[in-house]
Amino acid sequence: MSRTTQLLGGNLLVTITYTGPNASDLGYLLHKNPGKVQPFELNVGVATVFYPEVTAERCTAALLLEVDAIDLVRNKHIRMGTRDSLDHYINDRPYVSSSLMSVALGKVFSTAMSGRCNERPELAASPLELVIQLSSVPVMGAPGFATSLFEPLGWNVNEVPIPYDSKFPTWGDSSYVKITLTGTMLLNDALRQIYLLLPVMEDAKHYWVSDAEVGKLMRAGAGWLETHPQRAMIIQRYLAHQRNMTEKVAFHDEEDGSDTGDAAQLVPARKALRSLRLEAVLTALHELGTRRVVDMGCGEGALLQKLFSDPTFSSIVGTDVSPHMLNRAEERLRLRELSDRQRERVRLLQSSATYLDDRLRDYDAVVLMEVVEHIEPERLAALESSVFGYAKPKAVVVTTPNAEFNSLYPQLPSGSFRHPDHRFEWSRAEFDQWIVSIASTYGYRAERRSIGDADELLGAPTQMAIFKRA
Amino acid sequence: MSELAIPELCLVVLIGPSGSGKSTFAANNFGTFETLSSDFFRGMVSNDMNDQGATKAAFESLNFVAGKRLDAGLLTVIDATSVQADARRQLVALAKAHDVLPVAIVLDVPLSVSLERNDSRTDRTLDHHIIKRQHEQLRRSLKGLGREGFRKIHTLESVEATEKASIRREPLLNDFRFDEGPFDVIGDVHGCLSELCTLLEKLGYRLTRDGQGRVLGAEHPQRRKAIFVGDLVDRGPDSPSVLRLVMGMVAQGNARAVPGNHEDKLVKALDGKKVQTSHGLAQTLAQLATEPEEFRLEVKNFCRGLVSHLVLDQGRLVVAHAGMIEAYQGRASARVRAFALYGDTTGETDEYGLPVRYAWANDYRGEAAVLYGHTPTLEAEWVNGTMCLDTGCVFGGKLTALRYPEREVVQVPAEKMWFPPAKPLTPAHAAKQSGSVPPGGGAAQDPGERTDGMLKMSDILGKQTIQTSIHGRVSIRQEQAAGALEVMSRWATDPRWMPYLPPTMSPVATSKLPDHLEHPAEAFESYNKVGVEAVICEEKHMGSRAVVLLTRNPVKFDALPGWRGTVYTRTGRPFFEQKTTDEFLSRIDAAVEEAGLWEELATDWILLDAELLPWSFKADDMIRGQYAAVGASATSGLDDAVVALEQALDSGADVAALLRRIRSRQENAAAYIAAYQNYTAPTIGPEGVQLAPFQVLASEGAVHSGRDHTWHLDLVDKLVKADPVLIRPTRHIVISTGSKDSTSAGVKWWQELTADGGEGMVVKPLKNLALRSGKSRGGKDLVQPGIKVRGREYLRMVYGPDYTDPHNLMRLKDRNLALKRSLALREYALGIEALDRLVAGEPLWRVHQAVFGVLALESDRVDPRL
Repeated sequence: MSRTTQLLGGNLLVTITYTGPNASDLGYLLHKNPGKVQPFELNVGVATVFYPEVTAERCTAALLLEVDAIDLVRNKHIRMGTRDSLDHYINDRPYVSSSLMSVALGKVFSTAMSGRCNERPELAASPLELVIQLSSVPVMGAPGFATSLFEPLGWNVNEVPIPYDSKFPTWGDSSYVKITLTGTMLLNDALRQIYLLLPVMEDAKHYWVSDAEVGKLMRAGAGWLETHPQRAMIIQRYLAHQRNMTEKVAFHDEEDGSDTGDAAQLVPARKALRSLRLEAVLTALHELGTRRVVDMGCGEGALLQKLFSDPTFSSIVGTDVSPHMLNRAEERLRLRELSDRQRERVRLLQSSATYLDDRLRDYDAVVLMEVVEHIEPERLAALESSVFGYAKPKAVVVTTPNAEFNSLYPQLPSGSFRHPDHRFEWSRAEFDQWIVSIASTYGYRAERRSIGDADELLGAPTQMAIFKRA
Repeated sequence: MSELAIPELCLVVLIGPSGSGKSTFAANNFGTFETLSSDFFRGMVSNDMNDQGATKAAFESLNFVAGKRLDAGLLTVIDATSVQADARRQLVALAKAHDVLPVAIVLDVPLSVSLERNDSRTDRTLDHHIIKRQHEQLRRSLKGLGREGFRKIHTLESVEATEKASIRREPLLNDFRFDEGPFDVIGDVHGCLSELCTLLEKLGYRLTRDGQGRVLGAEHPQRRKAIFVGDLVDRGPDSPSVLRLVMGMVAQGNARAVPGNHEDKLVKALDGKKVQTSHGLAQTLAQLATEPEEFRLEVKNFCRGLVSHLVLDQGRLVVAHAGMIEAYQGRASARVRAFALYGDTTGETDEYGLPVRYAWANDYRGEAAVLYGHTPTLEAEWVNGTMCLDTGCVFGGKLTALRYPEREVVQVPAEKMWFPPAKPLTPAHAAKQSGSVPPGGGAAQDPGERTDGMLKMSDILGKQTIQTSIHGRVSIRQEQAAGALEVMSRWATDPRWMPYLPPTMSPVATSKLPDHLEHPAEAFESYNKVGVEAVICEEKHMGSRAVVLLTRNPVKFDALPGWRGTVYTRTGRPFFEQKTTDEFLSRIDAAVEEAGLWEELATDWILLDAELLPWSFKADDMIRGQYAAVGASATSGLDDAVVALEQALDSGADVAALLRRIRSRQENAAAYIAAYQNYTAPTIGPEGVQLAPFQVLASEGAVHSGRDHTWHLDLVDKLVKADPVLIRPTRHIVISTGSKDSTSAGVKWWQELTADGGEGMVVKPLKNLALRSGKSRGGKDLVQPGIKVRGREYLRMVYGPDYTDPHNLMRLKDRNLALKRSLALREYALGIEALDRLVAGEPLWRVHQAVFGVLALESDRVDPRL
């Protein structure tokens, strides 16, 4: 059976319960008559507002969204998938539903969200005793993540994970949770918080994030997001991690707007190590007298950017197997805006280190920065043969993690690698052994260095080798 | 009337002043596109044929076009005055750069004629002094043309001669494409007469001797021809007798020969030139000294007359002493000859004082097989479709011949070491002996040069066109290749061990029945329509597609001793880590042994197309993260909605219809959960995995796509019998598409199969690889190799819990299968092509190109639910 992907009609329910005198006044605040069942046609399906309970003391309004899966697939304006996916069909996540619910809330309760209520203005301006239930919300984050978003806003949060399948208890809990919020809150604040935080919890949006989103974010977040302890993360997730947009958020006052994804927090001081590594590689290239250089496996182009801004390097080539990464690098270097003369200095090429590439022969240096550990050990010989045997640069600079240092990362489970895509990580002795064998096989002289603060016993976090053709 | 002979492929430079009749001559004697006129190019770059200011741009573009034509092997004529030496020098250089002969045809008409013609022209006139000057320049040029590098010069000295002359195109001296063999190509002999005689007799030649017992020639009863790759002489015991034998065979038409560097040097020595007599020339000269003068003369003429390389068998075979790159084949120039004699030398020498040679064969990508000698190696081996036949007989190695087209190596051992080698012989595949595992080896022996096992970026990236035997040319677009590179290099099995990837499969045409999306009726109908009468229905296993390569001959796959093979997914990812793979394969090996398939197929390797079960072994994460997650969230959301709606109903709200709808969705969600639960076995280790092979793709010497499916399933049954725990049978039924009773039985079979949760079935032409009957559609007559018909409940997992709702089903029926079908055919053709190439022993890059093509086509965006 082949891999299939699918899109399914979601059924989401949000209920809002108000307990207080003349509870049915909730209908005025929501601008929806408690005596009626009102369907709203949206372009993603049908949202129905109905009232399960209307008494003098308690009133519950429910918004049920029935998503039409087939329309969803065919709707060109709706983007299904993770933020890296370019195609609405190709989608590993079957259920991108909470941002749809967010849209439904915005459409159905738009007036309520603005806080306007001509009939009961004083009620709209007073905090109310509310209970809000959100059924099956997808959450990308550790258990308690939803609580960490709502609690600072004054909610009492009950977050119950939904198990995958009671028939297979070993599977554990799915990423869906049922959330109950209890608290005393302005209704319009409560609605705006849910509107904004639903897609944040899921960390995916069903539509392309455009500049208009910045405005939406600032309106929905006014009055509470400014002081939220997690606001940087909320802004990044809401704006789908697009740096150029997060920079536009006026009240976003952190000086560091760079991509500090959740993974980055796993390893402390990783960012610092990253820049130390860049510096170490640049220093090595300068010492070698390199002018023409290939950054093999350039990724998003962090090193390329450094090389490009340094006039010592007259010809710079970045390669990667992934067209997507090359696009990111192209954006980062703003290649499209460069003059012909500037552009001549830098080239981005799709290439794989396990194939021989005529375009990469006879450069001054090839850099393999954090690359070899992404290659299957059995394919490593192909990389060696292609880089040292065929491309034959005057020098090769290699950096790779020092596996011994891993035990100093408390969050890293013992025996695991620093990155899920690492196929191996070498100890210092293993790295040494590799260096010696490469040098003798291909006729290079090698020097070994370390990068980052070294531990007395375990060495530095990153190790580096500099090969010079003998 | 005179006939001007010129080579079939050459650069013809017409030389003559304005008004000498060049354009008319060209129009009369050459094709429309063969002649490139400088006036025309002036017009192209400036809109004005007479604009002298555009001359530079005009010649740059003319040279560019001429270069492209010569690259393509097309005769090209330059129609410009070319009366100045400098202009001609550039054209001679152009010819040499493309390794074709420059030929001059001079139109030397009287000045008066030129002037008269000039005056009568309406499109342009030149000043008389210009034409006069051109005539003077021509005068001065005539004598020195030969020295300028023209290999042939024809001069037409009058208007009449120009008008009456015609052109005769002659084949090049190296052009023996008409000779289709069969041949026995023989490696470097170096005076080893006795071994040569033994080899010729072993090959079936009858030697002819004179009264003194000297061997004068040899002929083959089946009229085979021997081809000598050169270096007949030097170092060995009896160079003159070897020459006598070979010259005799050539004279009788029983052999052809190309020169080696040793013959080249011998000619110089016999000419009395001063040459170094090291490397064995001294022996030859001493041996020849006892021969009569006329024999020495004969030898000199014979060796001098040898042509650098031979192109044979419609261009499929090239023989040259030191090899021949593709760009030089069938060409003639000094560097082509130098390459043929000495190979790709770098100008440096190694520690033994021998010239360092670039290993051109490692880069070779040409279509023609190249047979050569020159570099002594331990064994004759194919490297990218080339083979070095010099196995160092004179150094105590072997004398080697290759039978062509049989491609069979025939050898005799040296009787002794006749001459000590300067350095030890090395294998062509140096690395096979080394302990580490660089692909193709390479590094250990000869760092810096690639070997056969290494692939180049240019083999796969960019737009590629792959010629397939069953579906014509298949194009891979640049972005398709780009999309596949990441998967291939980051996740897939080593290309050496992944000689095949399975094609995608199209679902059946959408059912006309109101409550079905897929149904067998349409599958039977579509095969019936293209003339496929008998089809086989095979159960679709609830597992993951797996390709199993099992070998007892690791060398064939460039692997180390002890390596057993691979088990990989449809995108080339290994199923298990190496140790588990080995254990799994050893169990399959035992079953293959027990079933007697090694003997039955006369093979030491086998490639199986199979399904690996259970699905959850590979897809557990996906079942949990995708299917179960959807089920869980749907259940939870719907249960909450039902509670809220019931409450609203109790308090009098009008939600009855909505409640009914939500409840039916609850039922659908339950059915959906039941569907995926069907595919989930409790977590098991690799020892609990089962393999359901359904096709034997290939084995030594054979691709089995032409064997009908019952042959394949019979073999599978033997495997099942050998190990019923590991090997799972594939239930099947044969249906006749033309018979109503039979197709009804097929439908019933499918219904029973899917009623208890089965995934569905695949319908295939019984005879396997099938072409549509009736009129040909230009090489595109391939019939779908299989059509899947999935079960109604199974499709819930693909299209969602609620897909059976009439409103949904109606919309889902509007699905487009055209792209999926077309991809299925193209990928199938590429897969078979990869197998054909593997079995034919073609170089790795050729196999990988087709395999990569399958993966590249898979990067096309197709509705993943199909």
